Amino acid sequence: MTMETTRAGTTVAPASRALDVIGGDLTERSLRRYLEGIPGVDAVGLEARAAALGTRSIKTTSKAWALDTIIRLTDLTTLEGADTPGKVRSLVAKAMVPDPDDMSTPRVAAVCVYGDMVPHAVEALGSAHDDGAPGRINVAAVATAFPSGRASRSVKLSDTSDAVAAGADEIDMVIDRGAFLSGRYGQVFDEIVAVKEACKRPDGTYAHLKVILETGELNTYDNVRRASWLGILAGGDFIKTSTGKVTPAATLPVTLSMLEVVRDWHRLTGEKIGVKPAGGIRASKDAIKYLVTVAETVGEEWLQPDLFRFGASSLLNDVLLQRQKLTSGRYSGPAYVTID
Amino acid sequence: MNFLDYAPAPESAAILNLRDEYGLFINGEFVPGNGESFTTISPATEKHIATVSCANEQDVDTAVVAARRAYEKTWSRMSGADRGKYLFRIARLVQERARELAVAESLDNGKPIKESRDVDIPLVAAWFFYYAGWADKLEYAGMGPNPRSLGVAAQVIPWNFPLLMLAWKIAPALAAGNTVVLKPAETTPLTALLFAEILQQADLPAGVVNIVTGAGSTGSALVNHADVNKVAFTGSTAVGRQIARSTAGTSKKLTLELGGKGANIVFDDAPIDQAVEGIVNGIFFNQGQVCCAGSRLLVQESIHDDVVERLKARLSTLRVGDPLDKNTDVGAINSASQLGRMRELSDIGEQEGSERWSPACNLPSEGFWFPPTIFTNVSTSHRIARDEIFGPVLSVLTFRTPAEAIAKANNTPYGLSAGIWTDKGSRILAVADKLRAGVVWANTFNKFDPASPFGGYKESGYGREGGKQGMHAYLAPTASKGVNR
Repeated sequence: MTMETTRAGTTVAPASRALDVIGGDLTERSLRRYLEGIPGVDAVGLEARAAALGTRSIKTTSKAWALDTIIRLTDLTTLEGADTPGKVRSLVAKAMVPDPDDMSTPRVAAVCVYGDMVPHAVEALGSAHDDGAPGRINVAAVATAFPSGRASRSVKLSDTSDAVAAGADEIDMVIDRGAFLSGRYGQVFDEIVAVKEACKRPDGTYAHLKVILETGELNTYDNVRRASWLGILAGGDFIKTSTGKVTPAATLPVTLSMLEVVRDWHRLTGEKIGVKPAGGIRASKDAIKYLVTVAETVGEEWLQPDLFRFGASSLLNDVLLQRQKLTSGRYSGPAYVTID
Repeated sequence: MNFLDYAPAPESAAILNLRDEYGLFINGEFVPGNGESFTTISPATEKHIATVSCANEQDVDTAVVAARRAYEKTWSRMSGADRGKYLFRIARLVQERARELAVAESLDNGKPIKESRDVDIPLVAAWFFYYAGWADKLEYAGMGPNPRSLGVAAQVIPWNFPLLMLAWKIAPALAAGNTVVLKPAETTPLTALLFAEILQQADLPAGVVNIVTGAGSTGSALVNHADVNKVAFTGSTAVGRQIARSTAGTSKKLTLELGGKGANIVFDDAPIDQAVEGIVNGIFFNQGQVCCAGSRLLVQESIHDDVVERLKARLSTLRVGDPLDKNTDVGAINSASQLGRMRELSDIGEQEGSERWSPACNLPSEGFWFPPTIFTNVSTSHRIARDEIFGPVLSVLTFRTPAEAIAKANNTPYGLSAGIWTDKGSRILAVADKLRAGVVWANTFNKFDPASPFGGYKESGYGREGGKQGMHAYLAPTASKGVNR
């Protein structure tokens, strides 16, 4: 009991967003009260809404635009224990020229790799590496003992700062789901704030921080919504569904509920937070449902790489096949897209 | 480009194989009517679809005679299992021809194809499947050991869910062993006539179902016919009253499903985004032309502004237009007269001091259209809070306590539907218990299922459709031995 009380009164890191919105002495208790005061989610209603959005029929010119947009919003990803510098170089080549038979194909937003592969990705990208100009490609690194997040705070922080030092533009961190599920919101919060600080570069700028909620382990939409608020309050630039290593990964209802939080945050503060569904989106048809959901929930202006990403590996090839079909009028086949 | 201006995705009307002229469906075949033929048009374009025969008194009599003969000679003698086989066959044919029926419904009624495709037609099939199962289980309907059918049922249905209302009427009637003469609404006869073709395909014995098209006088001839045993009507309260009057003192059994002014109650602990969806579904589904529409929003004062703001944002994403486009959310109003009533009542709403709001939307120049509309600052005494508008018009009122919400929700001559939105299960039960409405939805709205009885309190009518209770409307207990009925 005493321990509980002590913990509840503990102050948490004074992240500026949380101070603005929650105000006063930012403590475990005030954070918990805030998160628990958020209206609940009705699972049946949420899933019905997601299913309804999934019935939009996107044809002809809309489809062509949607396919190109999916490519522009993709974080082309390889996150395998078996990754090699060669595999990363191949991924980068694909990111720069997704379809060698059609040079009008846009480039992807970023390549997403493990921290130790960042130098190889940066090197392979060369002048295509992001300098803020359009068409440049970011390097995103997963960090903080991805995917489980089971390591000490100091390991997670150095994992992050190493990747940033190696040239990563974006950090995809995982939250401590164990702490979250046992109600230690302050601990999760503090960790996000600390990782955000570890994203700081010597020149004072920050690598973009994507906060992975691992919604497949959070189990309820109420938890997803609470974790989304937590990630944003602590300073995340993006909230991301999943690592891709846990089933279920991204689903449309989960993404919809995160987009609703982002919409509400924008209404509250005017600030735009990004959303990244990752894992499990393999078909163009499914990806288009996400675009529809984004456009009809937060607005079309979210369909740009700063505010929406797909974390995917095999999706790109399906989009390319669909794109070829729209151009040529017939379906080709897997032999007409490159594997990486 | 603007992604949200989705490129047109029209469902093709080429799938339809319509005739230029349709007769009455009597005794298993199409015959010309003796009344003056009328045309049915598409409310979205005002274009002619087909010419339809009108049944006069003589035609109605022919239909009732055919139904009587089929009842005496065939249908009442057939085993329940065999009646069930026909109903199952009809259900399967509806599924097979679902796409065609959906297109015809949207064309004739003006409702979005996504609704006719995903709601109306699947429910039609579900209704026939459900009642097919009842046909050989009448002794379990709760009406004694061997309930009997009534005879010839006269059924008059509205235009808002043309084929679905037909299914609600015909499926239980046939399962119970009655034969039917049905009159579809004047503005939406098309799918009933396609359904007649399905009955031919199903080889249903001649005369078991007869469909007579026409306007009010045809309906009046039908319900007043001396040889019908049962009258079932869905439509306006005014017509329902007339029917109640004219059947009073006869042995005709009567069920009425009439108007409504449903209250959708949103408490401050509601799952807010889903509640907003439910409000939208409650009043803009089928352009609000739903008798059980949630046309009065009762929202707790503390969250009023937030809910209205979210509602307005959501309404701005509704797509109004071509009913056959798969992305259309709100289609055309069924007829010029309905549109006139919506305009009139909305103008009165403004005059009475309510604040009117609609999202920006370009309405087509041809056809009958009304934008999704919400009124705020509405008082319980305003006509838009009392009269059934039967259109995409929502009146927003507030309350402070659950007791006030219940009092306001019940403060209407109607009593068909209500909705409750709260995260608290105990509150759902406590409030639902006190609402005088035939259907109370909790954290959802406008959900229908053949197993669930549907019907009204007070001026919303009497009798239930759906479920076991729906069978009661078409059955009578067998008189015990020695008692003369």
